[in-house]
Amino acid sequence: MALTWELADQGVAVVTFDSKGEPVNKISAAVKQDMLATFEALERETAVRAVAFFSGKPDTFIAGADIEEFVKLTTAAEAERLSAEGQELLDRVARFPKPVAVGIHGACLGGGLEFALACGYRVASDHPKTQLGLPEVQLGILPGAGGCQRLPRLIGARAALDIILAGKVEPAQKAFRLGIVDELVHPALLRDITMAAAQRMAGGWRPKRKRRGGVAGWLLDGNPLGRRLVFRTAKKRVLEQSRGNYPAPLAALEAVEHGLRRGMTEGLKREAQLFGQLAVTDVSRKLVQIFFATTALKKDFGIPNPPAPIVVHRLGIVGAGFMGSGIAGTAIAQAGVDVRMKDADLPRVAKGLAAARDILDDRLKRRRITKYEHARLVALLSGSDGYGGFGRAELVIEAVFEDVQVKQQVLREVEAANADDGVFASNTSTIPIHRIAEAAARPEQVIGMHFFSPVARMPLLEVIPSERTAPVVVSTAVAFGRRMGKTAIVVRDSPGFWINRILTPYMNEAGHLLVEGVAIEEIDRLMVEWGFPVGPITLLDEVGMDVGEKVVGVMHEAFGERFAPVPAFAGMVKSGRLGRKAGKGFYTYSAGKKGSVDPGVYELIGAHPNGGPRAAEIIQRLMLVMLNEAARAVGEGIVRSPRDGDIGAIFGFGFPPFRGGPLRHADDLGAPRIVAELERLAERYGARFAPCDELRDRGRRGAKFYP
Amino acid sequence: MPDGNGRRVAVIAGCRTPFCRAGTALKDARAVDLARFVARELLERTNLEGAAVNAVIFGQVVPSALVPNVAREVSLLPQFPKEIPAYSLNRACASSGQAVANAHDEIVLGGADVVLAGGVESLSDIPILASRRLADILVEASKAKSLPARLKTLSRIRPRDLVPVSPAIAEPSTGESMGQSAEKMAKENHITREAQDRWALRSHVFAARGGDDGRLAAEIAPWFPARPSDPVVTQDNGIRRDTSLEQIAKLKPVFDRRYGSVTAANSSPLTDGAAAVLLMSEPAARALGYSPLAFIRSYAVAAVDPGWQLLQAPIFAVPKALERAGLEWRDLGLIEIHEAFAAQVLSNLQGWAAKGWEIDESKINVMGGSIAIGHPFGATGARIVTTLANEMVRRDVQFGLLSICAQGGMGFAMVLERR
Repeated sequence: MALTWELADQGVAVVTFDSKGEPVNKISAAVKQDMLATFEALERETAVRAVAFFSGKPDTFIAGADIEEFVKLTTAAEAERLSAEGQELLDRVARFPKPVAVGIHGACLGGGLEFALACGYRVASDHPKTQLGLPEVQLGILPGAGGCQRLPRLIGARAALDIILAGKVEPAQKAFRLGIVDELVHPALLRDITMAAAQRMAGGWRPKRKRRGGVAGWLLDGNPLGRRLVFRTAKKRVLEQSRGNYPAPLAALEAVEHGLRRGMTEGLKREAQLFGQLAVTDVSRKLVQIFFATTALKKDFGIPNPPAPIVVHRLGIVGAGFMGSGIAGTAIAQAGVDVRMKDADLPRVAKGLAAARDILDDRLKRRRITKYEHARLVALLSGSDGYGGFGRAELVIEAVFEDVQVKQQVLREVEAANADDGVFASNTSTIPIHRIAEAAARPEQVIGMHFFSPVARMPLLEVIPSERTAPVVVSTAVAFGRRMGKTAIVVRDSPGFWINRILTPYMNEAGHLLVEGVAIEEIDRLMVEWGFPVGPITLLDEVGMDVGEKVVGVMHEAFGERFAPVPAFAGMVKSGRLGRKAGKGFYTYSAGKKGSVDPGVYELIGAHPNGGPRAAEIIQRLMLVMLNEAARAVGEGIVRSPRDGDIGAIFGFGFPPFRGGPLRHADDLGAPRIVAELERLAERYGARFAPCDELRDRGRRGAKFYP
Repeated sequence: MPDGNGRRVAVIAGCRTPFCRAGTALKDARAVDLARFVARELLERTNLEGAAVNAVIFGQVVPSALVPNVAREVSLLPQFPKEIPAYSLNRACASSGQAVANAHDEIVLGGADVVLAGGVESLSDIPILASRRLADILVEASKAKSLPARLKTLSRIRPRDLVPVSPAIAEPSTGESMGQSAEKMAKENHITREAQDRWALRSHVFAARGGDDGRLAAEIAPWFPARPSDPVVTQDNGIRRDTSLEQIAKLKPVFDRRYGSVTAANSSPLTDGAAAVLLMSEPAARALGYSPLAFIRSYAVAAVDPGWQLLQAPIFAVPKALERAGLEWRDLGLIEIHEAFAAQVLSNLQGWAAKGWEIDESKINVMGGSIAIGHPFGATGARIVTTLANEMVRRDVQFGLLSICAQGGMGFAMVLERR
């Protein structure tokens, strides 16, 4: 029994939801049965006058519906039924003859929030762990247990759409401001206040809720005309953002609109129908797979029998440049570790400290932390031009110039300054870790931790052990990356690792297309429509042409002609068009904002934007050259599993999530088809498209990457 | 001290911020920021775990009304566990000397093994007081029961009430300012203007040399300004490398325009800065793997009538400290004298000479003193302990003395020993 109840003072029944043996409370079929039975009992029991509902878990209220159950559904009709059953249950809660108050502490998400919305009164603890939201669209579905109906009725269509369409999760304070919860109290008071509210309601009292947002609120939410405007604006934004690739937000919008126009009953019906349709879409399946993969990765240290990681209290960072300061700021903001930065001279250190501090200031500005927390975090940041204080660092990350000699020199210096069991991690993007570790007195302590730029925002970390790296060093790097809020994949020590290995041919191909006369904007537009957050040319500008050139150089040396750099790109570096950081690249940048394409670029690279291949061919070339390399890298064991490879591509450079990642996508296309297309492209454009053995072999065997 | 219970107290290391003239490079930092910064840098330099520290003691002469116990804010740095008790003290200009002395006592008595002692002053961040009348009216208005009553009370404010009151550096008991006292001492002890100017020049020349050869620079933790466009502060900014006796002689006396000799050039400037010293019991130092710079042999404080010669108490404090150390003046290989005014230094030297002690200037203030380096009241003592201990190591001197004159007619002296 996940739900238990006891009669407390004055006729208030205290219900406690605590799924035994589970880390969090989830709403499963069994829980629903349990809930039904519990409420029936509470209805029968005449001594019960009101109900106060709590979670028995320390840090979660209800984390949502049980996704495992949901993925087993095979037809839209089944899914619709699931939704309708949930609605029915919550409808009973909403119509329950005795008043129900909930005390919310910890995560209250998806079905959990929908349940809370069906109750008569909501009290939330003002604790950072208390977060409320409807993240369903992130899994390609919609809140299907009345959430699309009850939330807009409670807080207005505008605010509700804001949450539902983006799948947002809000901290308790914000939820209170929006009117999702009625009261915000100290965690120690949660129980008493919730029970008191239940008791008051039993005496006939009802909360008075006023419409939020004043005159603007009434103009937009309070009348049908205003609402029409709200829906029109929301729809426009959804289309802009999803580019038609994600059906869930549009469907959720429809469910909300339908309900507000036709009433609750009709709304619920439409909501269930749409839920049913979405639940069996390919997009939803892919998003759920990604969710499961990331959840699994959170527990996976990337090595068999991982030893307990060394807990990092203190982090040394060598190199106070863009990456170093990004790592510093993120490590402090996320993991709360003490950070010491070191660079060759003080002005550089000062710049790095300021950049790291910007990350903390940004959190304060966005009210993610209080000014007192901010002051505490700022005091964790320091730097110098020497290695003083590095002796206490459990982990040192270097982010110096991408040159093996420079990195080896830093490694020797750090080894001299650090304790014998300190871990040395290199944030190299291309240099094999074993090469760096050649200079080490303790090579088993050396590992790669490849962060992506900007560190504060990019969610991926590649962890690269060399063959000599000790297992505890791997688990330490993975665990610390996780504390920094990153999804870590452990990859093999080979040039470019995983991300640059598969990204480089893609970026290079964009260069070939440019030379053939495709317009810069055209390439970017096509790939954005295909589902990338930015196109490859914009990505080049973001990464920086100098960095790109270096990466291609290393890859070319390691893997030969298929990585040959596009000669036209050399001119970009020579003329200082390095990309965003230089204020000019393929596009122009002013005050940090991306402008239009710089027409001078075409002359520089000797191209004329006069058409080139047709759109489908452009997309195919860009995609297949990447899939080919991805398959080859999988064959070489660069990633441990297709799962790691796909998550890496999605989190590392924004491979369209609804396509599931390059390997998932390859499975969808089928190896025989990819091989045939690659052969055609190779004949036409050159050997760089020659399908790899891995694909040929899979094509012959009909083998997929995923079972 | 020699006849104590046997636990010797080791000076492990010290460091400080650059000392900057008030209103210059450190003006945007609050005193508490400087204090926290210097404590943290000391941990970095010594690679000490914050959890090893048992107590934090800081001196501050003009505390901020918002942070009355700056030491506690230091011990609440995230590098420390929250359970380290801390207090702030005020022995005027000898405050952080006293902080070191109190740390010594706590360690000797067995109350602590590792103590962080320091001091801070920001004269760019002094409390500006409201006039008494304004304060009274505001308090009354805050107690008013209704808005009209409140407005009526507030309407009594007159423009003159709005003139803020800033604390003066004057003796509460005599009304005499520091400068006036120095002027008086110069006259009564017949210290000439030229002698004062020469001492001031010496201070700048020696401090510049100490800065250039790295001895002073070694004590300083570079300060990173809040605005990244501002340059990193790595040096004391009061030290004048380009000055000469002629230039110093050009300045007009400040406190007695007709017959005076004390000028801005032969006095210490108003200064911002912080300094800290790490102290350990000898066994703790050994256990944690530190080699001490020096040990505290003795200390003493003396006081005189502020109406006599306000800054002459060191001539009583030093003999006391030497007596407690069981040493003679001639045993001392290095001497650091706080330079509030050249007139005061020369008066102190005169007083010691009168005891028949030989004054060997080659042992005194070998890297300059407060006139050139600056004098953040609360931080000077810890600065001098650090400088003295480091230089004793460099010269391998067995005994060193530091002497600090302080407001209120007080003098502070401490003897360090190398082995």
